[in-house]
Amino acid sequence: MLRFFHQLGSPKHFYRIAGAWIPWLAAACGVLVLYGLYQGMVVAPTDYQQGDSYRIMFIHVPSAWMSLFIYVVMAAAGAIGLIWHMKLAEVIAISSAPIGASFTFLALITGSIWGKPMWGTWWVWDARLTSELILLFLYLGVMALYSAVDDKRTAARAAAILAIVGVVNIPIIHYSVEWWNTLHQGPTVTKFGAPSIDLRMLIPLLVMAVAFKLFYLLVVLMRARVEVLERERNARWVRELVERS
Amino acid sequence: MTTASLNRAFALLLWRDLLLAFRRRTELLNPLLFFVLVTTLFPLGIGADPALLRQIAPGIIWVAALLAAMLSLDSVFRSDFEDGSLEQFLLSAQPLSVLVLAKVIVHWLITGLPLLIVAPLLGLLLNLPGESIATLMLTLLLGTPVLSLVGAIGVALTVGLRRGGMILSLLVLPLYIPVLIFAADAVQSAGAGLSISAHLSLLAALLMLSVSLSPLATAAALKISLG
Amino acid sequence: MSAVPAARGLEARSLGCMRNDRSLFEALSFRLAPGQALLLEGRNGSGKTSLLRILCGLRRPDDGALHWDGEDVFRLGPEYHAQIAYVGHRDGVKHDLTAGENLKVARGLGRPNPALSLEQALDQVELWDHEDVPARNLSAGQQRRLALARLLVTRAKLWILDEPFTSLDSHGIGIVESLFAQHVADGGMLAVTSHHAVSWNDTDIIRINLSP
Repeated sequence: MLRFFHQLGSPKHFYRIAGAWIPWLAAACGVLVLYGLYQGMVVAPTDYQQGDSYRIMFIHVPSAWMSLFIYVVMAAAGAIGLIWHMKLAEVIAISSAPIGASFTFLALITGSIWGKPMWGTWWVWDARLTSELILLFLYLGVMALYSAVDDKRTAARAAAILAIVGVVNIPIIHYSVEWWNTLHQGPTVTKFGAPSIDLRMLIPLLVMAVAFKLFYLLVVLMRARVEVLERERNARWVRELVERS
Repeated sequence: MTTASLNRAFALLLWRDLLLAFRRRTELLNPLLFFVLVTTLFPLGIGADPALLRQIAPGIIWVAALLAAMLSLDSVFRSDFEDGSLEQFLLSAQPLSVLVLAKVIVHWLITGLPLLIVAPLLGLLLNLPGESIATLMLTLLLGTPVLSLVGAIGVALTVGLRRGGMILSLLVLPLYIPVLIFAADAVQSAGAGLSISAHLSLLAALLMLSVSLSPLATAAALKISLG
Repeated sequence: MSAVPAARGLEARSLGCMRNDRSLFEALSFRLAPGQALLLEGRNGSGKTSLLRILCGLRRPDDGALHWDGEDVFRLGPEYHAQIAYVGHRDGVKHDLTAGENLKVARGLGRPNPALSLEQALDQVELWDHEDVPARNLSAGQQRRLALARLLVTRAKLWILDEPFTSLDSHGIGIVESLFAQHVADGGMLAVTSHHAVSWNDTDIIRINLSP
């Protein structure tokens, strides 16, 4: 087991192992998405208050979960890269940023679409949406910093510091936005979801959550493979790989 | 290294940066003028209705303070980076985070503290009642050091970049949001006669957190930027 | 010199350095013992400055390890920095401070050398009576000598210098060379890059050429 992780740490083996996993992950992810969407769109009952429009929840809620999850993964991988000088952790961290930003964006868009029939307007300064918007800014900051620094190793390490600072701040930002929201909007804003959720709604939600996690794993491995190739483009194993194909 | 030599180096750096600021004292006014200027733009853009101004004054003044703090950040490390002094700090026999703290303290003394002094004037211009002005100064006292401390991390990350300014705002402004929320709301609540002890405790907590963590993050960032 | 234990001084073990995925040097090993000087040669862009920055502990090598008295330099951190003095391309002279104030800061950041006052340090680089002169009023050569005076105000054992002779006239070069010779004779160490052909008699010099 230990040997397995050690091998995974070396770019060459990571490239090979990740390459072997990707088709399986893609298949599993595809099946789960189809199943989750079928359950969510067809099997789950219509909500007595929101009608069918609530069904966007099956995209929105897992996206929102992923947006936070990926930020934490990014910061943790960045910290590992900084502390143990593990190149692969740096690569994982920096490959995660655009995926996390995309999920955050998706959560914002779907939240806005979901809110339209409920609030009658595309955007309301709801606490969760506002937090999500700030999270998007944090992601964009990490990405902007990474692309601004020329040397890619320095860039990854700088971005990792920023991600760690961000992860310390996320709870503070979240709390402050909640505070701000309750003071300025009052408790009239409807919260998403119901206190007790129907099992036929819960199952597709959880299936979609797992599917999104697999999708993240799939895409981060694909991105990390490309990043590894680019960083190691002068290494012998990359040259051999290119010559063979 | 002993505590005594650490204290000496800390005091030495305070002395050095204050002396440098004093020799360039004409530049000290710039962030202050910016602060005043931005604030006066709002009545011109929105209209001079006293009730409206009073309502939005805390937000305006705090947003202006945020921008002034951000624009002045560059001076924390920029000139030291350009002439090579920053390398010498990294190679000091003292922990870098302690030197960073000294530099940030001076930065706050010359850019944050002056805001505190003109804030009552701006409060009067925007028709804030007296108790709101007192609270405004209290929140600036607790909040602007946080801006300097957190901002220093951002500057440390961007100091090696040729066009760091725009990116700096992208990195730093989201992190300023909690200070803005608690501080502006405190001023507003004070105007409405509500208790503000919770706001002030939260701002003080943010200050404690950033004093203890931000110099470490800034030092780590500087090591990466100059590596 | 022969009595010095084997592990004393600076030891590089197969250092490697990349810049924008171009390998500047790899598998570079050497030992610098007290009383020795390391002279780095090579074309522009061959990685001399990068190597010096690694030796300072400013930059991590992409490969290999660097040890001071048998301990890892990056683990020692400030403890290692107390042993070295560095003058780089950008000489770290603050124009708004006087020569004396510049030296005072340099001394306070390292381990102060009690044997030498700031004035005496300035005298040694022939900046007599310049203690209260703002550094911006000094000529380029004088500023360089001021930067090099920094070497004298701390008890640094290893001097790391990037092109120390830049903008010095032949007289200034003579002053600095004699400082170097003195430092090495006192059991100090030196790591230098220079285009200038260094001619030190009786100095134990290790030459490394980074352009193969």
